[in-house]
Amino acid sequence: MAPAAPRSGDAIFANVERVNAELFTLTYGAIVRQLLTDLEEVEEVNKQLDQMGYNIGIRLIDEFLAKSNVSRCVDFKETAEAIAKVGFKMFLGVTASVTNWDADGTSCSLVLEDNPLVDFVELPDTCQGLYYCNILSGVVRGALEMVSMKTEVTWIRDMLRGDDAYELQVKLLKQVPEEYPYKDDE
Amino acid sequence: MGREVSESCVESLLTEMVSSYCTRFYADKPDLAARRIEAIGYQVGHQLSERYTMERPRFSDHLEAIKFICKDFWSELFKKQIDNLKTNHRGTFVLQDNKFRWLSRMSVDPSPENTGSAQDPSTDENKAAQATSMHLYFPCGIIRGALSNLGIPCAVSADISNLPACSFVVRIKA
Repeated sequence: MAPAAPRSGDAIFANVERVNAELFTLTYGAIVRQLLTDLEEVEEVNKQLDQMGYNIGIRLIDEFLAKSNVSRCVDFKETAEAIAKVGFKMFLGVTASVTNWDADGTSCSLVLEDNPLVDFVELPDTCQGLYYCNILSGVVRGALEMVSMKTEVTWIRDMLRGDDAYELQVKLLKQVPEEYPYKDDE
Repeated sequence: MGREVSESCVESLLTEMVSSYCTRFYADKPDLAARRIEAIGYQVGHQLSERYTMERPRFSDHLEAIKFICKDFWSELFKKQIDNLKTNHRGTFVLQDNKFRWLSRMSVDPSPENTGSAQDPSTDENKAAQATSMHLYFPCGIIRGALSNLGIPCAVSADISNLPACSFVVRIKA
């Protein structure tokens, strides 16, 4: 039997190379600020942050699989738990909780109460409509796509918009069966 | 010890930021992309040096401020100090990091295989050098931002002629 999937990323986070989170937080902030200046439209900034996250996610999944020792998840529920407990922890050092499952188990929410991306951040009134953490939704979407799950990831709650937590809804759209790069009879 | 995140968070973010600016937003205008990347670094350096000098007395001269960058500031970012500091005593300082962390995992592909037969082989080398230098605008911006916050306007460039060592040349504006 495969070893049980780790239930927390604490041990992995303790073992990876870590850096001062201020550098990360301020760098992300400076990027968002520069994008707002360069792209002008808040909508476009949301889109580009999501795209950047997606590009990061499709690469970060490799590191996740290599270091996490997570075995194949049997269903989407297990996948969501692995992201929340192991994935978020090993990269950002915080854990998310998984809630709000729909009846058929294809949609849930990842809730973050602590989010290193937003330390020191306050949004001015001119940035209404900005999904400041949109890079995160892109990362989750990109990473899941690399393990054959097409998802739609949307923000439900956002503390920068006055909510009491960060809530990302992850909806499984389609599970793409893995294809071999060759046909059996070749 | 303050809050930490995994190093790959920072590395992925920087790689993606540089690639977005160079290949998506300003694909045909490398100069503009470079300026934007430097500006992001400047912002970060400015804010970080504000935080790291909160409890300190003012620096008495330029050298003191540069030493602060080499020791405390560099240690906060890279968990090591600058390895070598040189100056001509006329406002130019060279800060050398023998194994600059943000370059240590970058591979520059010097192989000629990808070169089309009609192409000049130096083109690829140029491209690789250009890609690396794009990544260096960010730390150059950080240093310029940090020093500017300490009241020292300057220009910063990087020299990577002997990788993985990297030298940052700071020219203080008179």
